[in-house]
Amino acid sequence: MKDEGRLLLVIAVFGAIIATVYWFTGYEDGGTVMLVGTSLLGLMPASYYLWWSRQMKPRPEDDPNASPAEGSGVIGAFPHSSIWPFVFGLGAAMVGLALVFGVWTAIFGIVLGITAVLGIISESRRGGNI
Amino acid sequence: MTLLAGRPAVAAAGAHGEEEHGPSGILKWITSTDHKVIGKSYLITSFLFFCAAGLMAVIMRTQLASPDATVVSQHAYNELFTMHGSLMLYLFAGPFAFGGLANYIVPLQVGAPDMAFPRLNALSYWLYLSGGLIMLGGFLTVGGAADFGWVAYAPLSNAVNSPGAGPDMWIVALVLTGFSAIFTGVNLVATIFYLRAPGLTMFRLPIFTWNMLVTAILILIAFPVLTAALVMLWADRHLGTHIFEVAGGGVPVLWQNLFWFFGHPEVYILALPYFGVVTEIIPVFSRKPTFGYRGMIFATISIAALSTSVWAHHMFTTGVVLLPFFSLMSYLIAVPTGIKFFNWIGTMWRGSVRYDTPMLFATGFLIVFLFGGVTGIFLASPPIDFATHDTYFVVAHFHEVLFGSAVFAGFAGIYYWYPKITGRMLNEKLGKTSFWLMFIGFWVTFIPQYLLGLHGMPRRIAEYSASTGWTTLNRVSTGGAYILFLSVAVMLVNFWVAWRKPVPAIGNPWDGHTLEWATTSPPPSHNFYALPPVRSERPVWDLNHPNHPTISHEDKKQVSEKELAGVIAGSDKGEDR
Repeated sequence: MKDEGRLLLVIAVFGAIIATVYWFTGYEDGGTVMLVGTSLLGLMPASYYLWWSRQMKPRPEDDPNASPAEGSGVIGAFPHSSIWPFVFGLGAAMVGLALVFGVWTAIFGIVLGITAVLGIISESRRGGNI
Repeated sequence: MTLLAGRPAVAAAGAHGEEEHGPSGILKWITSTDHKVIGKSYLITSFLFFCAAGLMAVIMRTQLASPDATVVSQHAYNELFTMHGSLMLYLFAGPFAFGGLANYIVPLQVGAPDMAFPRLNALSYWLYLSGGLIMLGGFLTVGGAADFGWVAYAPLSNAVNSPGAGPDMWIVALVLTGFSAIFTGVNLVATIFYLRAPGLTMFRLPIFTWNMLVTAILILIAFPVLTAALVMLWADRHLGTHIFEVAGGGVPVLWQNLFWFFGHPEVYILALPYFGVVTEIIPVFSRKPTFGYRGMIFATISIAALSTSVWAHHMFTTGVVLLPFFSLMSYLIAVPTGIKFFNWIGTMWRGSVRYDTPMLFATGFLIVFLFGGVTGIFLASPPIDFATHDTYFVVAHFHEVLFGSAVFAGFAGIYYWYPKITGRMLNEKLGKTSFWLMFIGFWVTFIPQYLLGLHGMPRRIAEYSASTGWTTLNRVSTGGAYILFLSVAVMLVNFWVAWRKPVPAIGNPWDGHTLEWATTSPPPSHNFYALPPVRSERPVWDLNHPNHPTISHEDKKQVSEKELAGVIAGSDKGEDR
């Protein structure tokens, strides 16, 4: 976990340094705001990972001498197939088209999107099939 | 169905041999959340977009072959170069790398059963596909597709100068594909952080996976800015805001700032994955470990970091940017890129290099990208940029960089991983023919464009008069474009041959180094029957060549110089092949 956190910290520190330099030399607001945003994007997950890495034992993937057996077993739920991403994607595209052709496609899009979200939630709860 | 997946213990062969009892046919394609199916969908879709954009390029080159030509109208020409750029950059080069190759290869390289969020992964693909179709759908509208260039500069892109549904569809398409890229980025970061095989520490990850991780983080930095800028542009066009309009107190150059804050990291989002592909191929075909493994990772991270602070080198001629700052930062990028070149050459140095098709394409990439990179250093200098801005010199430069990475290295990746993805080999002869046609065609196309740029030919013009003296060079460039077209056709023939007369591939046809070669070709459901122990950055090599193990970085410190020399000398001689 430590190396992951440090990688993100590099982005945070670099963003902060460049933002400072840019602010005092460039006098331009937009770029400074975006650089500060970049720094925060690194800082938030970095602090989370570094904090966790102190709380937990090293995982098998962080241990250079771990054997494959140490990592065996269930590591997560991976659905085999699901129709809902397709439905949600179709809904999102229709909402997008509403920005071009008027509101009416958005109605279908929102209905599809809500259906898909409900579908995904119930699918995860049941642990069943599509 | 939902199932719990885990990793097999040492030799639990068959633990995941369960047959796929999901739907089949088109329903399988629509409902699959398997990273291999989604990765293949991405690869095929983006390759089709590449072919479409390539055809547009051929039409444009035909138009430019003679002065005052009327192959297409000026308006159609504007649509063509806009859509050529948009398709190549947003729908081919990026998605081919982080949607296609990364989706398929990264879970295999880290020893994971799937991506961390399989359904989110599927959603990424559907957003990408619908976005791509909406962008192309612009051609079907009355006013035609977007015609303001792939950068959509304000105020050209406002409702007065670019009316109609085509530009709006372009904006919506980019919002959709932008979200698709963000989701893929999140997915890749989570997969690499959480689903690595035991023993596969961060500093043992294959360089391709490292580069994809850094690319994913860059996506998370860059794409939200683009989406925000597009929403503002849409608001300017439809809601009467004046964010980019001088008339209402807005700032047109703000669009350029926002766009290039996305746009320059985007260039590295397109390049870094392909650097990774090349870094996988060169060690395998030189039969050596990567030279300067940690240096490569350092270079990747610093290129990515620097790329967030060079955006305004695209805007030198606007006169409102801090020239010394952006010029210096742009020059600095040459340093890590130079480290990468040094390490690539160091990997090949004194290796037993085998020029199979993937290696040929990778070597082609090295040469082409080097030229593109060096002309990039020219352009980072404001005096030179002022003279060549918006001429064909710039066009030739970025084609050399992007064609070098996305096409040369991308095709290297296709030839390298095609056996893994399909279980079939591609024909070597056709592959080499395709490479040489592409390599020759490439120089014939783009060297004249450099010269045209220096003679002052501006980009994005549909016609020029014969009195300018640009005719000959343009003719040569068009001829080169036709050769490139031919080389892609040969590649398609190669796919067709592999499809009709399959030559089966074994699990590890290239004697590869990384975990994707530890499984069958194509990999089974949830990828691995058994994982080998990971003790260095090339576990499969260690497994297949127990007498010549890779010395891990951790051990390197403890092994004395003398022993080290002995082991390296042994691995040079002792290996039979």
